[in-house]
Amino acid sequence: MSIKNMTKEKNWSGQTMVSTDYLLFEAPREKHFMTGSEVLKEAMKRCTVDASVSYPITPQSEAAHLIGELWAEGYVGTYFRGENEFGVMSEVAGCAMAGARTVTTTSGPGTLRAMENFPMWSGTRIPCQLVLMARGINSPLTIQPDNLEVSFLLETGCMIWYAENVQELFDMSIAAFTVAEMPDVHVPIITAVDGFFVSHTRESVMLPADDIALFPYNPYKAPLPPIDSEMPPGRFLRDPFVMKSNYISYATHASWQWEVRSAVDRSRPYAKHFLNGLAHVTGDQDAEIVFVACGTASHQAKEANRELTKMGIKSKVVKLRTIRPFPHAELLEATKSAKYIFVPEFNIVGWLEKEVTQSLYGKSEAKVIGRPRVAGGMSMPVEAILKEVLENVEKGA
Amino acid sequence: MSKDSIKIRMPALGGQGAVTAAHIAATAADTEGYYAVSNPFFGAEKRMAPSESYTRIGTVPIYDRGEVIYPDIIMVYHPQVITMGKSYTMPFYSGIKENGLVLINSDHELVTDSDRKFLESKNVKVLTRDFTKFAVEIAGTELATNMAMLGALFGALGTIGKSAIEEGIKDRFLKKYVASGGTASLDSVIEKKFKKKLDLIQSNLDTASAAYDLTAAWAKEVGLAPILDPIA
Repeated sequence: MSIKNMTKEKNWSGQTMVSTDYLLFEAPREKHFMTGSEVLKEAMKRCTVDASVSYPITPQSEAAHLIGELWAEGYVGTYFRGENEFGVMSEVAGCAMAGARTVTTTSGPGTLRAMENFPMWSGTRIPCQLVLMARGINSPLTIQPDNLEVSFLLETGCMIWYAENVQELFDMSIAAFTVAEMPDVHVPIITAVDGFFVSHTRESVMLPADDIALFPYNPYKAPLPPIDSEMPPGRFLRDPFVMKSNYISYATHASWQWEVRSAVDRSRPYAKHFLNGLAHVTGDQDAEIVFVACGTASHQAKEANRELTKMGIKSKVVKLRTIRPFPHAELLEATKSAKYIFVPEFNIVGWLEKEVTQSLYGKSEAKVIGRPRVAGGMSMPVEAILKEVLENVEKGA
Repeated sequence: MSKDSIKIRMPALGGQGAVTAAHIAATAADTEGYYAVSNPFFGAEKRMAPSESYTRIGTVPIYDRGEVIYPDIIMVYHPQVITMGKSYTMPFYSGIKENGLVLINSDHELVTDSDRKFLESKNVKVLTRDFTKFAVEIAGTELATNMAMLGALFGALGTIGKSAIEEGIKDRFLKKYVASGGTASLDSVIEKKFKKKLDLIQSNLDTASAAYDLTAAWAKEVGLAPILDPIA
């Protein structure tokens, strides 16, 4: 398929352009059966993506490859492979600064290799999207699902959303561009899923038709002007304040850092709308046993909730859909009834437990229990969650 | 007593097609009207290295993800899973649930007396059969071993029919054609390839179908209790 001139109604691939609301909430959907990698291709196909840069690393290689196919099919403006993940994330910045709607994907060691770029992304206020398919971090070498890497990204100034399954990855990665590109937000977004558990898992998913797509990104609404042959990247990149070596250099840095975090905060109402809330609650509203989780861990918690119900024990699951901004109010509201808050996680450090504890500090009497916790690709069978719950609740009673 | 959802673990070796089989099994179950999920689990992608995949099937939504630690059904694709411990769990039946089922692809008996004693205590039925030989005889290639295993699984379950398996196999091998082909591309070259593909699908179907009949008869013979609830 060849690239066509864009018209008022059609984008360059001939898709009819529609609002994000129509694409996400109104367009009729049909059932498909596919993996997370495949669904990301379907999502990006409907996003009028200008640019994508890739580098292979398990488990995101398939997704990167499939976005490349989209380019070959005429749905993505430009696509190329970087030298390594550091190169990729730098090139993503270049594309985005030039006004391109840009997407990339990476995993585990790739994320860490690219690390310096993420705060640079947020500092330059580019609204690019990184789809993170979380994988363990070396050593010993692992390719398996483990989301420790997300803890490294928490304070980069990027928004972080967490999708639970194939369906959420589709819907979130579309909403991600829209929220990131809001002129009063305009920061990068990291859409995270657990590698393999989502990227390689095949399940049913409801998709709208593929002849509709988002309107293109309008870089002229950006808080920093896009670069072109006359306009260098953000004034402070061309002419850094540090060169002045006076009070303005640190004052500007500090205020700009605060502004980036404020921008992330300003995404709340938009995220609330497009994600149907920053947290989703299922189970018994007045339960004393509450699971707080994100991604696959919330799936496992739902399985535990079902088993506990069979045993006559009430519980509920609070699934956090945004990690940055952190849904403080939603968490507090959803854990009002809680006596025990279990935070099941797929990493060794329990970064979400720390987030939850910090958020509820001085506001909740509930005991926060950061278990069960698995890592390095281990699964979290429902049996392990039940054991943890029954032991703790018995002890507490 | 049959259950509203079951978990199937497929320990295999790289290259045997267990990932494909799990994919087709889930697609077939989905076609039949069940909730279904499949996923692989592997390390380095190389032949003969341990590679596992999983299928979960239920009449209720399935949230559980990842490696199946407590399976209802275990399908051992290669003797080395047992003899050389090429799996993610040892022994091969680790975590098996009561009233479960184990299908083993082997030309000789691999279950020891102590294994048997344990499995019997859990009321787990075991079928050891040379499904590779079966594949060679019907499809003319050992590459169809996974199809024989797939047919064997559904024959034993009895709640997912052959037409659903056919849909699963076609979905896996024809989808790309349907998506990007179209009538215009039906020139002779494609047609030839297409015919080859249809032949491939047919021999896969034949293999799965014969294995289905075999285990369906075996299940009756040994009095295998229904494992999975039928679709209401």
